[in-house]
Amino acid sequence: MRVIFHIGRYTMFIRNVLRRPEKWSMFRKLVVSEMNTIGVESMGIVTLLATFMGAVMCLQTAHQVSGWIPVYTIGFTVRQTMILEFSPTLVPIILAGKVGSNIASQLGTMRVTEQIDALEIMGVNSANYLVLPKIIAGFLTIPMLVVFSMTLGIASGALVAVLTGVSPMADYYQGITIDFKAYDVIYAMTKTCVFALVMTSVSSYHGYHTEGGALDVARSSTKAVVYSAIIIMISNLILTQILL
Amino acid sequence: MIELRNIRKSFGDQEVLKGINTKFEKGKVNFVIGRSGSGKSVMTKCTVGLLEPNSGQVLYDGRDFTSMTLKERKEVRKEIGMLFQGSALFDSMTVAENIRFPLMMFSGMSESDMDQRVSECISRVELTGSEHKLPSELSGGMQKRVGIARAISMNPKYLFCDEPNSGLDPQTAIVIDNLIVDITKEYGMTTVVISHDMNSVIEASDTIHFLHLGKVAWAGENADMMSSDSETLNDFVYASKLMQRMKATLK
Repeated sequence: MRVIFHIGRYTMFIRNVLRRPEKWSMFRKLVVSEMNTIGVESMGIVTLLATFMGAVMCLQTAHQVSGWIPVYTIGFTVRQTMILEFSPTLVPIILAGKVGSNIASQLGTMRVTEQIDALEIMGVNSANYLVLPKIIAGFLTIPMLVVFSMTLGIASGALVAVLTGVSPMADYYQGITIDFKAYDVIYAMTKTCVFALVMTSVSSYHGYHTEGGALDVARSSTKAVVYSAIIIMISNLILTQILL
Repeated sequence: MIELRNIRKSFGDQEVLKGINTKFEKGKVNFVIGRSGSGKSVMTKCTVGLLEPNSGQVLYDGRDFTSMTLKERKEVRKEIGMLFQGSALFDSMTVAENIRFPLMMFSGMSESDMDQRVSECISRVELTGSEHKLPSELSGGMQKRVGIARAISMNPKYLFCDEPNSGLDPQTAIVIDNLIVDITKEYGMTTVVISHDMNSVIEASDTIHFLHLGKVAWAGENADMMSSDSETLNDFVYASKLMQRMKATLK
Protein backbone atom coordinates (compact mmCIF):
# COMPACT_ATOMS: atom_id res chain seq x y z
CA MET A 1 0.00 0.00 0.00
CA ARG A 2 2.84 2.36 0.92
CA VAL A 3 4.50 1.83 -2.48
CA ILE A 4 1.25 2.60 -4.30
CA PHE A 5 0.83 5.74 -2.18
CA HIS A 6 4.34 6.94 -3.11
CA ILE A 7 3.88 6.14 -6.80
CA GLY A 8 0.62 8.10 -6.80
CA ARG A 9 2.09 11.06 -4.93
CA TYR A 10 5.22 11.04 -7.10
CA THR A 11 3.03 11.10 -10.25
CA MET A 12 1.02 14.07 -8.92
CA PHE A 13 4.25 15.80 -7.93
CA ILE A 14 5.78 15.35 -11.39
CA ARG A 15 2.56 16.61 -12.98
CA ASN A 16 2.93 19.83 -10.96
CA VAL A 17 6.64 20.07 -11.75
CA LEU A 18 6.12 19.76 -15.49
CA ARG A 19 3.92 22.82 -15.86
CA ARG A 20 4.92 25.93 -17.78
CA PRO A 21 7.26 28.14 -15.69
CA GLU A 22 5.66 31.34 -14.38
CA LYS A 23 8.48 33.55 -15.57
CA TRP A 24 10.92 32.36 -18.24
CA SER A 25 13.67 34.87 -17.39
CA MET A 26 13.70 33.68 -13.78
CA PHE A 27 13.56 30.05 -14.91
CA ARG A 28 16.60 30.47 -17.17
CA LYS A 29 18.59 32.01 -14.31
CA LEU A 30 17.66 29.16 -12.02
CA VAL A 31 18.61 26.52 -14.62
CA VAL A 32 22.05 28.11 -15.05
CA SER A 33 22.53 28.30 -11.30
CA GLU A 34 21.51 24.64 -10.89
CA MET A 35 23.81 23.63 -13.77
CA ASN A 36 26.62 25.13 -11.75
CA THR A 37 25.58 23.30 -8.57
CA ILE A 38 24.88 19.94 -10.18
CA GLY A 39 27.44 19.98 -12.97
CA VAL A 40 30.40 22.26 -12.37
CA GLU A 41 30.59 21.58 -8.62
CA SER A 42 30.62 17.82 -9.29
CA MET A 43 33.59 17.97 -11.65
CA GLY A 44 36.06 17.36 -8.83
CA ILE A 45 34.56 14.11 -7.58
CA VAL A 46 33.94 12.81 -11.12
CA THR A 47 37.55 13.60 -12.07
CA LEU A 48 38.86 11.80 -9.02
CA LEU A 49 36.68 8.74 -9.52
CA ALA A 50 37.19 8.39 -13.26
CA THR A 51 40.95 8.88 -13.05
CA PHE A 52 41.45 6.21 -10.40
CA MET A 53 38.88 3.79 -11.83
CA GLY A 54 40.50 3.94 -15.27
CA ALA A 55 43.94 3.41 -13.74
CA VAL A 56 42.84 0.55 -11.48
CA MET A 57 40.91 -1.10 -14.31
CA CYS A 58 44.04 -0.99 -16.45
CA LEU A 59 46.22 -2.62 -13.78
CA GLN A 60 43.60 -5.27 -12.93
CA THR A 61 43.16 -6.25 -16.57
CA ALA A 62 46.93 -6.31 -17.07
CA HIS A 63 47.13 -8.73 -14.13
CA GLN A 64 44.74 -11.12 -16.00
CA VAL A 65 46.45 -10.76 -19.36
CA SER A 66 48.97 -13.50 -19.95
CA GLY A 67 49.80 -16.17 -22.50
CA TRP A 68 47.39 -16.23 -25.44
CA ILE A 69 45.38 -13.12 -24.38
CA PRO A 70 46.62 -10.18 -26.47
CA VAL A 71 47.92 -7.05 -24.67
CA TYR A 72 45.49 -4.79 -26.49
CA THR A 73 42.76 -6.42 -24.33
CA ILE A 74 43.81 -3.99 -21.59
CA GLY A 75 42.74 -0.93 -23.58
CA PHE A 76 39.65 -2.75 -24.86
CA THR A 77 38.49 -3.71 -21.34
CA VAL A 78 39.09 -0.24 -19.93
CA ARG A 79 37.11 1.32 -22.79
CA GLN A 80 34.20 -1.11 -22.57
CA THR A 81 33.95 -0.88 -18.78
CA MET A 82 34.11 2.92 -18.73
CA ILE A 83 31.61 3.34 -21.57
CA LEU A 84 29.14 0.58 -20.78
CA GLU A 85 28.92 0.56 -17.02
CA PHE A 86 31.21 2.65 -14.87
CA SER A 87 30.53 6.10 -16.28
CA PRO A 88 26.81 5.83 -17.11
CA THR A 89 25.76 3.90 -13.99
CA LEU A 90 28.24 4.42 -11.20
CA VAL A 91 28.77 8.14 -11.80
CA PRO A 92 25.00 8.86 -11.44
CA ILE A 93 24.88 6.67 -8.31
CA ILE A 94 27.76 8.59 -6.80
CA LEU A 95 26.15 11.86 -7.85
CA ALA A 96 22.95 10.68 -6.16
CA GLY A 97 24.99 10.72 -2.96
CA LYS A 98 26.39 14.18 -3.54
CA VAL A 99 23.80 16.05 -5.59
CA GLY A 100 20.74 14.04 -4.51
CA SER A 101 21.33 14.58 -0.82
CA ASN A 102 22.01 18.25 -1.49
CA ILE A 103 18.72 18.64 -3.39
CA ALA A 104 16.72 16.77 -0.74
CA SER A 105 18.21 18.68 2.18
CA GLN A 106 17.77 22.03 0.42
CA LEU A 107 14.09 21.38 -0.35
CA GLY A 108 13.53 19.72 3.04
CA THR A 109 14.91 22.75 4.84
CA MET A 110 12.76 25.05 2.73
CA ARG A 111 9.73 22.92 3.64
CA VAL A 112 10.31 22.86 7.41
CA THR A 113 11.14 26.58 7.53
CA GLU A 114 7.87 27.31 5.64
CA GLN A 115 9.68 28.83 2.63
CA ILE A 116 7.73 26.50 0.32
CA ASP A 117 4.48 27.57 2.01
CA ALA A 118 5.52 31.19 1.46
CA LEU A 119 5.91 30.51 -2.28
CA GLU A 120 2.50 28.82 -2.42
CA ILE A 121 0.83 31.73 -0.59
CA MET A 122 2.27 34.12 -3.18
CA GLY A 123 0.61 32.04 -5.90
CA VAL A 124 3.84 30.43 -7.13
CA ASN A 125 3.73 26.77 -8.19
CA SER A 126 6.52 25.83 -5.77
CA ALA A 127 7.14 22.35 -7.23
CA ASN A 128 7.58 23.81 -10.69
CA TYR A 129 9.65 26.79 -9.53
CA LEU A 130 12.02 24.81 -7.33
CA VAL A 131 12.25 21.41 -8.98
CA LEU A 132 11.98 21.85 -12.76
CA PRO A 133 15.28 23.81 -13.00
CA LYS A 134 17.03 21.01 -11.08
CA ILE A 135 15.65 18.32 -13.39
CA ILE A 136 16.55 20.26 -16.54
CA ALA A 137 20.01 21.10 -15.20
CA GLY A 138 20.61 17.45 -14.26
CA PHE A 139 19.41 16.31 -17.67
CA LEU A 140 21.84 18.70 -19.38
CA THR A 141 24.92 18.38 -17.19
CA ILE A 142 25.02 14.76 -16.01
CA PRO A 143 25.47 13.35 -19.56
CA MET A 144 28.34 15.84 -20.01
CA LEU A 145 29.92 14.63 -16.77
CA VAL A 146 29.53 11.04 -17.94
CA VAL A 147 31.27 11.74 -21.28
CA PHE A 148 33.99 13.56 -19.35
CA SER A 149 34.33 10.56 -17.03
CA MET A 150 34.57 8.11 -19.96
CA THR A 151 37.32 10.15 -21.62
CA LEU A 152 39.24 10.66 -18.42
CA GLY A 153 39.02 7.01 -17.38
CA ILE A 154 40.34 5.79 -20.73
CA ALA A 155 43.09 8.45 -20.69
CA SER A 156 44.19 7.63 -17.16
CA GLY A 157 44.28 3.95 -18.13
CA ALA A 158 46.60 4.84 -20.99
CA LEU A 159 48.86 6.87 -18.73
CA VAL A 160 49.15 4.08 -16.15
CA ALA A 161 49.64 1.46 -18.88
CA VAL A 162 52.60 3.39 -20.30
CA LEU A 163 54.10 4.51 -16.96
CA THR A 164 54.00 1.02 -15.41
CA GLY A 165 54.96 -0.66 -18.67
CA VAL A 166 52.03 -3.12 -18.67
CA SER A 167 51.13 -2.13 -22.23
CA PRO A 168 52.83 -0.10 -24.93
CA MET A 169 50.83 2.90 -26.13
CA ALA A 170 50.32 1.35 -29.58
CA ASP A 171 48.68 -1.76 -28.08
CA TYR A 172 46.55 0.30 -25.73
CA TYR A 173 45.44 2.49 -28.64
CA GLN A 174 44.61 -0.58 -30.70
CA GLY A 175 42.54 -1.87 -27.75
CA ILE A 176 40.49 1.30 -27.36
CA THR A 177 39.75 1.52 -31.09
CA ILE A 178 39.18 -2.12 -31.99
CA ASP A 179 35.60 -3.26 -32.60
CA PHE A 180 34.23 0.11 -31.47
CA LYS A 181 30.45 0.30 -31.73
CA ALA A 182 28.96 3.79 -31.67
CA TYR A 183 25.73 2.22 -30.40
CA ASP A 184 27.46 1.50 -27.07
CA VAL A 185 27.78 5.25 -26.52
CA ILE A 186 24.14 5.79 -27.50
CA TYR A 187 23.16 3.05 -25.02
CA ALA A 188 25.28 4.69 -22.32
CA MET A 189 23.84 8.14 -22.99
CA THR A 190 20.26 6.84 -22.98
CA LYS A 191 20.89 5.22 -19.59
CA THR A 192 22.54 8.37 -18.28
CA CYS A 193 19.61 10.59 -19.27
CA VAL A 194 17.15 8.25 -17.55
CA PHE A 195 19.32 8.08 -14.43
CA ALA A 196 19.69 11.87 -14.36
CA LEU A 197 15.90 12.22 -14.38
CA VAL A 198 15.50 9.55 -11.71
CA MET A 199 18.15 11.02 -9.45
CA THR A 200 16.98 14.65 -9.60
CA SER A 201 13.25 13.91 -9.44
CA VAL A 202 13.39 11.23 -6.71
CA SER A 203 15.64 13.41 -4.54
CA SER A 204 13.39 16.41 -5.10
CA TYR A 205 10.31 14.32 -4.26
CA HIS A 206 11.75 13.25 -0.92
CA GLY A 207 12.97 16.74 -0.03
CA TYR A 208 9.75 18.45 -1.10
CA HIS A 209 7.57 16.14 1.00
CA THR A 210 9.61 16.45 4.19
CA GLU A 211 7.47 16.80 7.30
CA GLY A 212 8.73 17.78 10.74
CA GLY A 213 12.07 19.29 11.68
CA ALA A 214 15.82 19.02 11.27
CA LEU A 215 15.89 15.26 11.94
CA ASP A 216 13.32 14.69 9.23
CA VAL A 217 15.40 16.71 6.76
CA ALA A 218 18.29 14.33 7.44
CA ARG A 219 15.94 11.36 6.99
CA SER A 220 14.66 12.73 3.68
CA SER A 221 18.21 13.23 2.51
CA THR A 222 19.10 9.62 3.31
CA LYS A 223 15.91 8.33 1.65
CA ALA A 224 16.69 10.41 -1.44
CA VAL A 225 20.08 8.75 -1.85
CA VAL A 226 18.89 5.22 -1.06
CA TYR A 227 15.79 5.29 -3.28
CA SER A 228 17.63 7.00 -6.13
CA ALA A 229 20.31 4.28 -6.03
CA ILE A 230 17.72 1.48 -5.89
CA ILE A 231 15.67 2.88 -8.78
CA ILE A 232 18.83 3.51 -10.83
CA MET A 233 19.93 -0.11 -10.34
CA ILE A 234 16.51 -1.50 -11.30
CA SER A 235 16.25 0.80 -14.35
CA ASN A 236 19.79 -0.20 -15.30
CA LEU A 237 18.75 -3.84 -15.51
CA ILE A 238 15.55 -3.07 -17.44
CA LEU A 239 17.26 -0.65 -19.87
CA THR A 240 20.15 -3.05 -20.51
CA GLN A 241 17.69 -5.85 -21.32
CA ILE A 242 15.73 -3.55 -23.66
CA LEU A 243 18.62 -1.74 -25.35
CA LEU A 244 21.28 -4.44 -25.76
CA MET B 1 -13.86 40.61 4.64
CA ILE B 2 -13.08 36.93 5.05
CA GLU B 3 -15.86 34.60 6.08
CA LEU B 4 -15.50 31.00 7.22
CA ARG B 5 -18.60 28.85 6.98
CA ASN B 6 -18.76 25.53 8.77
CA ILE B 7 -15.12 24.60 8.12
CA ARG B 8 -14.29 21.04 9.11
CA LYS B 9 -10.90 19.40 8.90
CA SER B 10 -9.77 15.97 10.05
CA PHE B 11 -6.43 14.20 10.06
CA GLY B 12 -7.22 10.49 10.06
CA ASP B 13 -9.68 9.88 12.88
CA GLN B 14 -8.88 13.14 14.62
CA GLU B 15 -11.23 16.00 13.81
CA VAL B 16 -9.28 19.22 14.40
CA LEU B 17 -11.78 21.75 13.11
CA LYS B 18 -15.36 20.93 14.05
CA GLY B 19 -17.33 23.47 12.08
CA ILE B 20 -15.70 26.89 12.25
CA ASN B 21 -18.04 29.80 11.59
CA THR B 22 -16.62 33.29 11.85
CA LYS B 23 -15.96 36.56 10.01
CA PHE B 24 -12.76 38.61 9.81
CA GLU B 25 -13.63 42.21 9.15
CA LYS B 26 -12.03 44.57 6.65
CA GLY B 27 -9.77 47.32 7.97
CA LYS B 28 -9.51 45.61 11.35
CA VAL B 29 -6.90 43.57 13.13
CA ASN B 30 -8.68 40.29 13.83
CA PHE B 31 -6.92 38.14 16.41
CA VAL B 32 -7.38 34.39 16.62
CA ILE B 33 -6.46 33.07 20.04
CA GLY B 34 -6.63 29.70 21.73
CA ARG B 35 -4.61 27.03 23.47
CA SER B 36 -1.99 25.00 21.63
CA GLY B 37 -3.75 22.32 19.60
CA SER B 38 -7.03 24.22 19.45
CA GLY B 39 -6.80 24.37 15.65
CA LYS B 40 -5.60 27.95 15.03
CA SER B 41 -2.85 27.04 12.57
CA VAL B 42 -4.97 24.43 10.79
CA MET B 43 -7.75 27.00 10.45
CA THR B 44 -5.33 29.53 8.95
CA LYS B 45 -3.88 26.97 6.56
CA CYS B 46 -7.40 26.02 5.45
CA THR B 47 -8.24 29.70 4.99
CA VAL B 48 -5.24 30.44 2.74
CA GLY B 49 -5.49 27.12 0.89
CA LEU B 50 -2.36 25.39 2.22
CA LEU B 51 -4.72 22.69 3.51
CA GLU B 52 -8.00 21.59 1.98
CA PRO B 53 -10.91 21.56 4.45
CA ASN B 54 -13.06 18.41 4.41
CA SER B 55 -16.15 20.59 4.14
CA GLY B 56 -17.25 24.19 4.47
CA GLN B 57 -16.58 27.42 2.61
CA VAL B 58 -13.96 30.17 2.77
CA LEU B 59 -15.25 33.41 1.28
CA TYR B 60 -12.92 36.28 0.34
CA ASP B 61 -15.21 39.29 -0.07
CA GLY B 62 -17.96 36.92 -1.12
CA ARG B 63 -15.78 34.86 -3.49
CA ASP B 64 -15.88 31.17 -2.59
CA PHE B 65 -12.19 30.23 -2.40
CA THR B 66 -12.89 26.56 -1.68
CA SER B 67 -14.74 25.96 -4.94
CA MET B 68 -12.28 27.89 -7.16
CA THR B 69 -10.08 26.34 -9.84
CA LEU B 70 -6.30 26.45 -9.35
CA LYS B 71 -6.07 29.40 -11.75
CA GLU B 72 -8.74 31.37 -9.90
CA ARG B 73 -7.11 30.59 -6.56
CA LYS B 74 -3.81 31.87 -7.87
CA GLU B 75 -5.42 35.24 -8.58
CA VAL B 76 -6.83 35.45 -5.05
CA ARG B 77 -3.47 34.44 -3.58
CA LYS B 78 -1.89 37.47 -5.21
CA GLU B 79 -4.14 39.51 -2.91
CA ILE B 80 -2.89 37.67 0.18
CA GLY B 81 0.20 38.54 2.21
CA MET B 82 1.44 36.29 4.96
CA LEU B 83 3.90 36.71 7.78
CA PHE B 84 5.07 33.32 8.99
CA GLN B 85 6.01 32.34 12.52
CA GLY B 86 9.66 31.81 11.52
CA SER B 87 9.50 34.63 8.92
CA ALA B 88 10.08 32.09 6.08
CA LEU B 89 12.45 34.42 4.25
CA PHE B 90 14.27 32.89 1.30
CA ASP B 91 17.69 32.39 2.82
CA SER B 92 19.57 32.50 -0.48
CA MET B 93 18.23 36.00 -1.22
CA THR B 94 19.06 39.37 0.32
CA VAL B 95 16.47 41.51 2.10
CA ALA B 96 15.80 43.52 -1.06
CA GLU B 97 15.57 40.38 -3.23
CA ASN B 98 13.10 38.80 -0.80
CA ILE B 99 10.81 41.82 -1.04
CA ARG B 100 11.30 42.08 -4.79
CA PHE B 101 10.50 38.41 -5.42
CA PRO B 102 6.66 38.60 -5.56
CA LEU B 103 6.91 41.80 -7.63
CA MET B 104 9.21 40.08 -10.12
CA MET B 105 6.95 37.07 -10.40
CA PHE B 106 3.58 38.75 -10.74
CA SER B 107 3.53 42.54 -10.85
CA GLY B 108 4.68 43.17 -14.42
CA MET B 109 6.39 46.34 -13.13
CA SER B 110 9.46 47.82 -14.77
CA GLU B 111 12.84 47.42 -13.03
CA SER B 112 12.81 51.02 -11.77
CA ASP B 113 9.24 50.74 -10.45
CA MET B 114 10.17 47.56 -8.65
CA ASP B 115 13.23 49.22 -7.11
CA GLN B 116 11.06 52.09 -5.93
CA ARG B 117 8.44 49.76 -4.42
CA VAL B 118 11.14 47.75 -2.64
CA SER B 119 12.59 50.98 -1.18
CA GLU B 120 9.12 52.06 -0.04
CA CYS B 121 8.49 48.73 1.69
CA ILE B 122 11.93 48.72 3.32
CA SER B 123 11.52 52.26 4.63
CA ARG B 124 7.96 51.45 5.79
CA VAL B 125 9.33 48.76 8.11
CA GLU B 126 12.29 51.00 9.03
CA LEU B 127 15.02 48.78 7.66
CA THR B 128 16.73 51.23 5.33
CA GLY B 129 20.39 50.26 5.06
CA SER B 130 19.74 46.52 5.40
CA GLU B 131 18.83 45.97 1.74
CA HIS B 132 21.89 43.89 0.93
CA LYS B 133 21.97 41.79 4.07
CA LEU B 134 21.07 38.10 4.05
CA PRO B 135 18.31 36.88 6.42
CA SER B 136 20.95 35.02 8.46
CA GLU B 137 22.60 38.37 9.23
CA LEU B 138 19.41 39.81 10.77
CA SER B 139 17.94 39.60 14.27
CA GLY B 140 14.57 37.86 14.82
CA GLY B 141 12.73 41.19 14.98
CA MET B 142 14.37 42.44 11.78
CA GLN B 143 13.47 39.19 10.02
CA LYS B 144 9.83 39.68 11.05
CA ARG B 145 9.93 43.20 9.65
CA VAL B 146 11.34 41.95 6.35
CA GLY B 147 8.57 39.34 6.38
CA ILE B 148 6.01 42.13 6.78
CA ALA B 149 7.66 44.18 4.02
CA ARG B 150 7.52 41.17 1.66
CA ALA B 151 3.91 40.49 2.63
CA ILE B 152 2.80 44.05 1.81
CA SER B 153 4.92 44.50 -1.32
CA MET B 154 2.04 43.53 -3.62
CA ASN B 155 -0.46 45.78 -1.79
CA PRO B 156 -2.46 42.84 -0.48
CA LYS B 157 -6.10 43.02 0.54
CA TYR B 158 -5.65 40.33 3.17
CA LEU B 159 -2.79 39.91 5.63
CA PHE B 160 -2.24 36.80 7.74
CA CYS B 161 0.27 36.82 10.60
CA ASP B 162 1.11 33.53 12.27
CA GLU B 163 2.41 34.21 15.78
CA PRO B 164 4.23 37.40 14.78
CA ASN B 165 5.72 37.85 18.25
CA SER B 166 7.00 34.38 18.95
CA GLY B 167 10.65 34.44 20.01
CA LEU B 168 10.77 38.23 20.31
CA ASP B 169 11.54 40.33 23.36
CA PRO B 170 8.61 42.42 24.73
CA GLN B 171 9.89 45.71 23.26
CA THR B 172 10.40 44.29 19.77
CA ALA B 173 7.03 42.55 20.05
CA ILE B 174 5.40 45.95 20.61
CA VAL B 175 7.18 47.35 17.54
CA ILE B 176 5.86 44.47 15.41
CA ASP B 177 2.33 44.83 16.85
CA ASN B 178 2.30 48.55 16.11
CA LEU B 179 3.55 47.94 12.60
CA ILE B 180 0.77 45.41 11.93
CA VAL B 181 -1.88 47.79 13.31
CA ASP B 182 -0.55 50.78 11.36
CA ILE B 183 -0.26 48.87 8.09
CA THR B 184 -3.76 47.43 8.49
CA LYS B 185 -5.26 50.91 8.87
CA GLU B 186 -3.04 52.42 6.17
CA TYR B 187 -3.86 49.82 3.51
CA GLY B 188 -7.42 49.08 4.71
CA MET B 189 -6.61 45.38 4.79
CA THR B 190 -8.37 42.49 6.42
CA THR B 191 -5.73 41.32 8.88
CA VAL B 192 -5.83 38.01 10.72
CA VAL B 193 -3.29 37.51 13.51
CA ILE B 194 -2.78 34.21 15.31
CA SER B 195 -1.30 34.74 18.72
CA HIS B 196 -0.86 33.36 22.23
CA ASP B 197 0.52 36.62 23.51
CA MET B 198 -2.20 38.24 25.65
CA ASN B 199 -0.27 41.49 25.77
CA SER B 200 -0.50 41.73 21.96
CA VAL B 201 -4.13 40.67 21.99
CA ILE B 202 -5.06 43.46 24.38
CA GLU B 203 -2.88 46.09 22.72
CA ALA B 204 -3.33 45.39 19.02
CA SER B 205 -6.63 43.60 18.39
CA ASP B 206 -9.88 45.04 17.11
CA THR B 207 -11.78 41.77 17.15
CA ILE B 208 -10.97 38.53 18.92
CA HIS B 209 -11.90 34.98 17.90
CA PHE B 210 -11.29 32.40 20.60
CA LEU B 211 -10.88 28.83 19.40
CA HIS B 212 -11.53 25.97 21.77
CA LEU B 213 -11.56 22.28 20.81
CA GLY B 214 -11.88 23.04 17.11
CA LYS B 215 -14.73 25.54 17.36
CA VAL B 216 -15.04 29.29 17.79
CA ALA B 217 -16.03 29.37 21.48
CA TRP B 218 -16.19 33.15 21.67
CA ALA B 219 -15.90 36.05 19.20
CA GLY B 220 -16.26 39.73 19.85
CA GLU B 221 -14.67 43.14 20.16
CA ASN B 222 -11.50 43.70 22.15
CA ALA B 223 -13.35 45.78 24.75
CA ASP B 224 -15.83 42.96 25.40
CA MET B 225 -13.25 40.25 26.06
CA MET B 226 -12.34 41.31 29.60
CA SER B 227 -15.96 41.39 30.70
CA SER B 228 -16.98 38.16 29.00
CA ASP B 229 -18.68 35.53 31.14
CA SER B 230 -17.42 32.69 28.91
CA GLU B 231 -15.69 30.32 31.31
CA THR B 232 -13.36 28.75 28.72
CA LEU B 233 -12.32 32.20 27.47
CA ASN B 234 -11.67 33.47 31.00
CA ASP B 235 -9.62 30.36 31.82
CA PHE B 236 -7.43 31.13 28.81
CA VAL B 237 -7.21 34.91 29.21
CA TYR B 238 -6.51 34.87 32.95
CA ALA B 239 -4.18 31.88 32.93
CA SER B 240 -1.13 33.99 33.76
CA LYS B 241 -0.53 35.64 37.14
CA LEU B 242 -0.01 38.97 35.40
CA MET B 243 -3.47 38.83 33.85
CA GLN B 244 -4.98 37.71 37.17
CA ARG B 245 -3.40 40.71 38.87
CA MET B 246 -4.67 42.96 36.11
CA LYS B 247 -8.19 41.60 36.57
CA ALA B 248 -7.98 42.18 40.30
CA THR B 249 -6.79 45.76 39.74
CA LEU B 250 -9.62 46.39 37.28
CA LYS B 251 -12.17 45.11 39.79
